[in-house]
Amino acid sequence: MTPNDMHTEDLPPALAEIVEDFNALPVPERLQLLLQFAEDLPALPERYADHPELMEPVPECQSPVFLVSEVDGAGPGGVVHLFFSAPRESPTTRGFAGILQEGLEGLTTQQVLAVPDDLPNRLALAEAVSLLRLRGMSGMLGRIKRQVREKAAAA
Amino acid sequence: MPVPHDPNPKFSDYTHPERLVSTQWLADHLGAEGLVVVESDEDVLLYETGHIPGAVKIDWHLDLNDPVTRDYIDGEQFAKLMSAKGIKRDDTVVIYGDKSNWWAAYALWVFSLFGHPDVRLLDGGRAKWIAEDREITTDVPQPAPTDYPVGQREDAPIRAFKDDVLAHLGKPLIDVRSPQEYTGERTHMPDYPEEGALRGGHIPGAESVPWGRAAAEDGTFKPRPELETIYQQEKGLAPSDDVIAYCRIGERSSHTWFVLTHLLGFQNVRNYDGSWTEWGNAVRVPIVKGEEPGQVPPA
Repeated sequence: MTPNDMHTEDLPPALAEIVEDFNALPVPERLQLLLQFAEDLPALPERYADHPELMEPVPECQSPVFLVSEVDGAGPGGVVHLFFSAPRESPTTRGFAGILQEGLEGLTTQQVLAVPDDLPNRLALAEAVSLLRLRGMSGMLGRIKRQVREKAAAA
Repeated sequence: MPVPHDPNPKFSDYTHPERLVSTQWLADHLGAEGLVVVESDEDVLLYETGHIPGAVKIDWHLDLNDPVTRDYIDGEQFAKLMSAKGIKRDDTVVIYGDKSNWWAAYALWVFSLFGHPDVRLLDGGRAKWIAEDREITTDVPQPAPTDYPVGQREDAPIRAFKDDVLAHLGKPLIDVRSPQEYTGERTHMPDYPEEGALRGGHIPGAESVPWGRAAAEDGTFKPRPELETIYQQEKGLAPSDDVIAYCRIGERSSHTWFVLTHLLGFQNVRNYDGSWTEWGNAVRVPIVKGEEPGQVPPA
């Protein structure tokens, strides 16, 4: 990954830190960091654990992953909360979910919608997990932004 | 030195029982001189979460595919990979993986392109090993490099290209994708849109036998009589037939290639790894939609 791909000035602070962390590591350790995100992905609260039908599937991922966003408050200042479900047998997908959860949780609607769509390419993971697999993360980000846009408009 | 074969009676019904080992056999032989265990998964991080003690990881995408051309690595790159993984030419390699050994079978097929003499699959793969509560570890072995000889990749006997398939039309073809992909209702597996194709359907004359029909609930291969019922009785194939199997990128059809070649003893099976991601995007190749194999167009 060339330094040109890794820029963070247009990212919210938590995401910028994650991008910098990945880029600072040699390739094998990037996998370990991704695994850490997979392990740290928070469990679903009961309202979703008991009602998986409320969550949206992400078919761009190679394994079954579901996500849902909540928006507290109307307008661009509404606060976004994110919930993910992905099986333990799919650590790569869980890792992607963990990055988005940690990087986007608690941001405003406006901040989430402003996250650049090339975010997955900035994580320096192409050579560690392949570009093909990174597309699953783009699918998650796209769906989060669409949900947040719809929910902000409906609020 | 090759390691002894697994005498499991289930395997002795197959034409090449030496290509399979059971989880018990592997547990008994871990650490044996001349045995290297390889994990090959769809999920690139699964190995890091824990693997069979001593196993090395080979990733289908990062290690076996050429990074630029849509092709496999060449003889030199393969020798380098084997050396880095501590594999010698006369070692017994046992491969296992997730998803009923899809990617493990794919890795075995690529090892076969390079003629590695003794390469076997762990029947049931990763899921069975874990379901049986056998030992796993996160320790990554640091094998000493080996002196693996640089050989030629021999594609012709087991690999088919698009032109080979065009010339083959009218002879047995097996489409191992899901029924929805076969009919053309979908261009990709339910969960895999990123490898889509512009057109849906199947290659004219191809019979639909989804790969998973060869696997039992626990991911092991079905016993020989059940496999014969599917491929020989139901589909009318004979071991002397010239058969090409395909799927979407060649991984599920590697599983079927393994079944036909090593378990049922078919002598002339090729895997079309270009598969639907090539055929469904190629200009002016014939395609049939719907549930019937369809007619081969006149040449």
